[in-house]
Amino acid sequence: MINKVVSGAIEAIRDIEDGDTLMLGGFGLCGIPENCIAALVKKNVKNLTCISNNAGVDDFGIGLMLQQRQVKKMISSYVGENAEFERQLLSGELDVELIPQGTLATRCMAAGYGMPAIFTPAGVGTEVAEGKEVRNFNGKDYLMEYAFEADFAIVKAWKGDTAGNLIYRSTSRNFNPVMAMAGKVTIAEVEILVEAGELDPDQIHTPGVFVHRIFQGADYEKRIEQRTVRTKN
Amino acid sequence: MLDKNGIAKRIAKEIKDGYYVNLGIGIPTLVANYIPEGINVVLQSENGLLGMGPFPFEGEEDADLINAGKQTITTLPGSSVFDSALSFGMIRSQKIDLTILGAMEVSENGDIANWKIPGKMVKGMGGAMDLVASAKNIIVAMQHVNKAGESKLLPKCTLPLTGVHCIKKIVTELAVLDVLPEGGFQLIERAPGVSVDYIRNATSGRLLADDNTPEMHID
Repeated sequence: MINKVVSGAIEAIRDIEDGDTLMLGGFGLCGIPENCIAALVKKNVKNLTCISNNAGVDDFGIGLMLQQRQVKKMISSYVGENAEFERQLLSGELDVELIPQGTLATRCMAAGYGMPAIFTPAGVGTEVAEGKEVRNFNGKDYLMEYAFEADFAIVKAWKGDTAGNLIYRSTSRNFNPVMAMAGKVTIAEVEILVEAGELDPDQIHTPGVFVHRIFQGADYEKRIEQRTVRTKN
Repeated sequence: MLDKNGIAKRIAKEIKDGYYVNLGIGIPTLVANYIPEGINVVLQSENGLLGMGPFPFEGEEDADLINAGKQTITTLPGSSVFDSALSFGMIRSQKIDLTILGAMEVSENGDIANWKIPGKMVKGMGGAMDLVASAKNIIVAMQHVNKAGESKLLPKCTLPLTGVHCIKKIVTELAVLDVLPEGGFQLIERAPGVSVDYIRNATSGRLLADDNTPEMHID
């Protein structure tokens, strides 16, 4: 079995350079690669283009990279939880491309499936369609949207093995599996790393072939953005 | 006139046994509280969950289990989780029977605007454009007029669009209205105590209204 294990986040991101395009898994703060983000902040690489559904909050997630002005461009579907993001956007320091969430996910998927483009009805007749090719299939209009190209995909899984196979937990799965398939280099951080052979092949969500580097992360905060509860009565 | 919970209650009556339903943020979320007893309905959350349950009990929150509003939630028996591409696959291929979402404006030909106000901070469309472009049945839950007193039911939307020719039904604090395929708002029901004239005055798009339009029953 090919061994994909690296020592930690610092080694995993060692060759990420200024100007690279990164995919970062997660939905809100759920299922984000916390260890790799911390390492990117420490390395302080600049002028990054980040493809991620959201942009973190002021003091966590991609928000930490925004604070250091490491991000040149965000490609996201919803970015409403971050005051520093708003400041940089309004001052023109940060370029933002907002795209529909399903289009974002499916452009990742297309890259991972080796398809150059997809056709989706999302955004037809809106400003999202500006400059894009429209094709009609069976009487309905669709926009042609290209597969993403990313130098690195950085994902978070629950369990992984030394061969790079990944299992996600609950809704922290979100964008992680499609991004894992889409990076030229894919880095996976996991909460629990086991030897190849210890995971049931039937239960694996991302086959190890898509993963180039894997490590067991440490000190996961797993912050909750909207803590909503009910009381027992 | 209905309050937000009244709007949610009225919309809940549109949900049928066996429906898979996607609820947007705001009033649509409240609809989950009023789903009629005795019917089986599965709630979808577009980040990647079918079978969404209520909020967890205090102390039982799971950071890995959230809905599309990033709120901690629970799962119900028979639920499943999946990635976000697959989630929008089931939306695009019309496996979701009903989508309920909020709006800033709806036009008489069924266009909807609900994601962007020029000059204000734009947060993004999230999954709204995907949902309205593909859903087979969409109900809009919203206030009939905005805070400035202007109608949100218009001949043509003034704000940037989320989707075109897609809205079929609107429930507001004043009325239930269908958007006709040929254009125009057809008044279906009045909120308790609200007159047809009052609704007519609050609707800037073309309104078709029978003077005998019935009052709605929400309880």
